[in-house]
Amino acid sequence: MSNAHPIPFRAILRHVLLIAGAALMLAPFIWMISTASKPQTEIFSSELHLIPHQFALAENLRDAFARANLLRFLLNGVIVTVSIFVLQVMVALPAAYALAKLRFRGREALFALVLFGILIPPQATAIPVFLMLHKAGLLDSYAALVLPFTISVFGIFLMRQFFKTVPDDLVDAARMDGISEFGIVWRVMLPAAIPAVTAFGIFSVVAHWNDYFWPLIVLNSEQLRTPPLAVAHFRNNEAGTSYGPLMAAAMVIIAPLVIAFLFAQRRFIEGITLTGIK
Amino acid sequence: MSDGSMTIGAAIAPAGATKRTVQAHGSRRTYSAYALVTPAAVLMLIMLLGPLAGVIALSFTDYQLGAPHFSWIGLSNYQDLFADKVFWTALRNTLAYVVIVVPGAVIAGLAIALLIQSGTSLRSLYRTIYFLPVMATLIAMAVVWEFMLHPQFGLVNGMLRGAGLPAFSWLQDRSTALYALCAIGIWQAVGFNMVLFLAGLVSIPKQLYEAAEIDGASSGWARFRLVTWPMLGPVTTFVVVISGIRSFQVFDTVHVLTKGGPSKSTEVLIHTMYTEGFEFFRSGYAAAITVVFLVFVLLLTLIKSRLADRGVHYT
Repeated sequence: MSNAHPIPFRAILRHVLLIAGAALMLAPFIWMISTASKPQTEIFSSELHLIPHQFALAENLRDAFARANLLRFLLNGVIVTVSIFVLQVMVALPAAYALAKLRFRGREALFALVLFGILIPPQATAIPVFLMLHKAGLLDSYAALVLPFTISVFGIFLMRQFFKTVPDDLVDAARMDGISEFGIVWRVMLPAAIPAVTAFGIFSVVAHWNDYFWPLIVLNSEQLRTPPLAVAHFRNNEAGTSYGPLMAAAMVIIAPLVIAFLFAQRRFIEGITLTGIK
Repeated sequence: MSDGSMTIGAAIAPAGATKRTVQAHGSRRTYSAYALVTPAAVLMLIMLLGPLAGVIALSFTDYQLGAPHFSWIGLSNYQDLFADKVFWTALRNTLAYVVIVVPGAVIAGLAIALLIQSGTSLRSLYRTIYFLPVMATLIAMAVVWEFMLHPQFGLVNGMLRGAGLPAFSWLQDRSTALYALCAIGIWQAVGFNMVLFLAGLVSIPKQLYEAAEIDGASSGWARFRLVTWPMLGPVTTFVVVISGIRSFQVFDTVHVLTKGGPSKSTEVLIHTMYTEGFEFFRSGYAAAITVVFLVFVLLLTLIKSRLADRGVHYT
């Protein structure tokens, strides 16, 4: 009975603090939606108001889509992130299986290189990779956006750790059935590893959808722009002072991932915190 | 891992015929192993290890993209770099950014995780809200922040004026621009750290808190100091280093919002590297900057593995 009082007080304090913090976190999102819904005259008024007097979201969105080919840029984002992920899995899964379940000379050395590779930040290799793509005449293409990321040492590491937990009996049974080692990777290991592959997929897609550095370096053509490049160009060239359409464009660019995240929060948080291991 | 040796071991007992087939299987399996790792190994060499060696080698040359010749110039790039005021400004700004963002994002992340974990209601709602900035494309949100920090029509100055406080030209003023970028950096990193701390908090055994209570640790602070903080040791180290490495790589917000200005007040290492390497195409010089950046990042990683070894004693 004596501590009946402090508990609700602490619970209230907890909510007050967390709501204050949450307001800070959400402020940019709310301000973005608010500005994207205001007509130009209301955006440039010194009086602050959140709810527009006159709703102009549709006009701003139409304006944004008219000034920049946003659908094309979103499509580019999908093409690039999906290609990267599919190729990463095709390269990493067989290697991870061999590292986890097969014995061969050089296995320990290869795994050590994988661990070492995880430590290399992506900016470190940018100049030589750029020069190679230049020599190969591949700059300013989808290939330039995808090829450097086909190898994910982190993906190999992650899948190798997961395959270690798959029982050897499962592999042996598959061998008894006459399935080749290659077949085992795709018909036995992949189905067993779906949760790990999903987590890795979310990690990979989010990282490359949001990547700005690499597309900025290798791209020139407008029609190849990825979503982050598109926002940056919109801000630099198109927007000028028209913040309404700019905020509408920002909304469109972040929408796919944010909506996907809201629908599958647990999976997304799992997938993205994988970077923690990196 | 062990299945190969087991089957071979078991095959020693029976007659030679089975032994041979098992060995045949074994060697065929070795060939498959090489076939399976070859694509990954080759790509790793071309896209990762080769370029890493390449960037170090390039830093000793005067290579420029498009130039017909280049030559080894020893440490000249490094001498030029260390004599360049811009480099030192960039290094100082990068370190300042790291020194502000890391404690900010780590302490806030820990505080939020503790607050969320201290009650049971609305846990997943709060977690979702705080994690949202991690998900949202940073470039898009940087543009939103820029408008929030707009000197005349921005939310931040509007609220400051409303409270009777002075307003600032945040990103256009050399005395505030770096701090504004730090604030965006913290805003974006907090949720990520929070999730890592939440995972750490969940794994602390309940009995430890009960034992501490029996020993007289009744206040929340005492429980934090005696149980939570030591038990979170390894996680905290980890979060600090991860935040440090990520802060060292700061580029997106700088490039889209300030281009290193005004008057180099937000120039950071990777931005200098980008400008030299991909705008002026001075590849050799930019490679030298990359090497300096790499040294710092690897240093942080080294500190992590050192501290992680020590952290084991806690648990």
